[in-house]
Amino acid sequence: MTRLLIAVSALAMAAPAWAETLAVEAGEGAQERLQEALILAAPGDEVVLAAGRFVLTDGISLDVDNVTVRGAGMDATILDFTTQAGAGEGFLITSDGVTVRDFALENPKGDGVKSKGADDIVYHRIRVTWTGGPDAGNGAYGVYPVESSNILIDGVQVSGASDAGIYVGQSTNITVRNSIAEANVAGIEIENSRNALVEGNVTTRNTGGILVFDLPNLPVMGGGNVVIRRNLVVDNDTANFAPPGNIVASVRRGSGILVMANENVLIEDNFVTDNPTAGAMVVTYSQPFEDERYNPYARNVVIGQNVFSRNGDDPQLAGADMLLAAFGGTLPPVMWDGLQQGDTGLKVAADTGGWSLGYTQPGQTDAEADPSPLSVLQPNGTAWAETVTGASSELAERIAG
Amino acid sequence: MIHHVAFLGAAALALSGVIAAKSAAPVQVNDAAVVSDTLPRALSEFGFFSDFAEHNPVEGVVPYSLNTPLFSDGADKLRFVYIPDGGTAVARNDNEVLQFPVGSALIKTFAFGEGENRRLIETRVLLHRADGWLALPYRWNGEQTEATLALAGGRTALTTPTGESISYRIPNKNQCKECHGLEGEVVPIGPKARNLSHDWLNGFVKRGLLDAVPANADRMPDWSAPSTAGAEAAARAYLDVNCAHCHRPGATASNSGLDLRWEQDDPVKLGIMKRPVAAGRGSGGHDFDILPGKPRKSILLHRMKSTDPGVAMPELGRATIDPEGIAAIERWIVELGM
Repeated sequence: MTRLLIAVSALAMAAPAWAETLAVEAGEGAQERLQEALILAAPGDEVVLAAGRFVLTDGISLDVDNVTVRGAGMDATILDFTTQAGAGEGFLITSDGVTVRDFALENPKGDGVKSKGADDIVYHRIRVTWTGGPDAGNGAYGVYPVESSNILIDGVQVSGASDAGIYVGQSTNITVRNSIAEANVAGIEIENSRNALVEGNVTTRNTGGILVFDLPNLPVMGGGNVVIRRNLVVDNDTANFAPPGNIVASVRRGSGILVMANENVLIEDNFVTDNPTAGAMVVTYSQPFEDERYNPYARNVVIGQNVFSRNGDDPQLAGADMLLAAFGGTLPPVMWDGLQQGDTGLKVAADTGGWSLGYTQPGQTDAEADPSPLSVLQPNGTAWAETVTGASSELAERIAG
Repeated sequence: MIHHVAFLGAAALALSGVIAAKSAAPVQVNDAAVVSDTLPRALSEFGFFSDFAEHNPVEGVVPYSLNTPLFSDGADKLRFVYIPDGGTAVARNDNEVLQFPVGSALIKTFAFGEGENRRLIETRVLLHRADGWLALPYRWNGEQTEATLALAGGRTALTTPTGESISYRIPNKNQCKECHGLEGEVVPIGPKARNLSHDWLNGFVKRGLLDAVPANADRMPDWSAPSTAGAEAAARAYLDVNCAHCHRPGATASNSGLDLRWEQDDPVKLGIMKRPVAAGRGSGGHDFDILPGKPRKSILLHRMKSTDPGVAMPELGRATIDPEGIAAIERWIVELGM
């Protein structure tokens, strides 16, 4: 314990000087040594993981506030869970003010990094990879903050998740930026959350690129105020490999950006190409539910100026051939189920093509569709989107420079 | 700073504790080890037992058992409660754990094997200190003469009563909290009046260690005689004891929306016709946590039947399946469809 020595020799220094570094090397006993460091860390400490492959048999966890866990780089420090024998995730974080950065997790049996009730958290340059590629036997979520407030996910890479690569659930004040989600069922998913900014990411080779969902029967509902801006949503064409029963198992191969339920969602300045079913889809939650608090409709979804190209050329839809023929070989980029409360559903920029399934009530199937070209209002101001600021600037400052 | 120094101090204490244990068997609990701001390195420092091998407690450390216990791979679990001199526990109501005063400790030893072959594997202690409860795991040595603090947990090979060879997981300190955490604090789970016998509670009152026996005490069925309990009572007790410490509001699995507490009566919150949220491959291809009348299409049972991490529930503390628990849940789900 060097803390006491540091304290004695640095009496005149300010409080941060008390912070200690706990260094952990890979190799024999890594499981116990790493876990012990995560338990003995005090607020302000930094747990530093050396370069190397940490072979872990159990999940690890952190429950101390204001700790940084830092590796030597997402390709240099690897937490290898290939032989994991217990726990529901690789790394569980349950304390506030945590920063995790510059390391990787490979092949966790369940989720990758889960942070629950962990406010003010930064995920920076974390990689979560299921190395065998898409497989229903992979864990559900790569990066998984839930029931938390103030979340910054920056420079993260996730591939192979059998649900969502980057998943944020039941949370508020969220920024997901500069990250890459590849070959997951869902690339990035914002679920039952508010004030979320999804910006500057790459989602490719997923089944669906970016999902914004609101689901019933959860402690936190009423998702909304989500801005999806300046992302590349390209070539999301992997067949859905989610285990049936999960909501994302219903995502059609080739869904670029998919909004289900929610209120106030702005989609603008994205580059959305080569997504075989649709560039953007806006739908109502279609399953029966008994939850008086829940609104299944998409409300005030605004699709502003985006680049849409070569989407909808191989849609996973009943009667796809007839639809393609009717629309001249390629479906328009925006697909809507046609359901809304009053006229509050969808607004689309004037020069963006779209089509409607023409549903008349929730729960209908493709076979009951009455397709037609889109006829919805144009955007008439998105001032509300100015209030969607995502994570606090303090989190970005933590990893600046 | 304080934290680290305290830990160093604990090492010195540990040494003296070992010496004490060798020189004479304890006759009373070392209250300082329970309440002071240290992490005792050895179980002997607490003085809970006059004889480790027999697991005879000292005066004031009282054994107890639960009507319906948590399944732990068939481990024999030896449970004890200690309340310091002059202290009294409060039975606030039938839903809540008995409220133990500061200075109390709950002690649970996990053992496998019968008679001469019994091996003590680990002892988990919950210490009620001035700033709240602290959960610590202790691992027994091969000689069975001492258990030492295993902050980071560990694994050990053993054979269960049904003859299965498993890698048994001793939880780390954080994993203790995964089950014992509620609203961010560590709390006891087991000793609820509804899951304790009238006999035991009456005895505790007579000793002056409990204020009263609440009206709804001893309501959970006796798991050693499951056939005498109704299907619903047995299943609901099992789910409460094995699942609800996480699957309830404010606890580790609150985000699932699944609330398996004994007192919950909303069918959807109990999982009936409830769709999964973050189950991933844990869904097993099924649409609902519980589909009435269809145990084989119910996610809850699918996860009870698995030992695959990422699928198996509970996530911690179970390496084998529990046939009796599965039978109880099956029976209830079938009955729900009638």
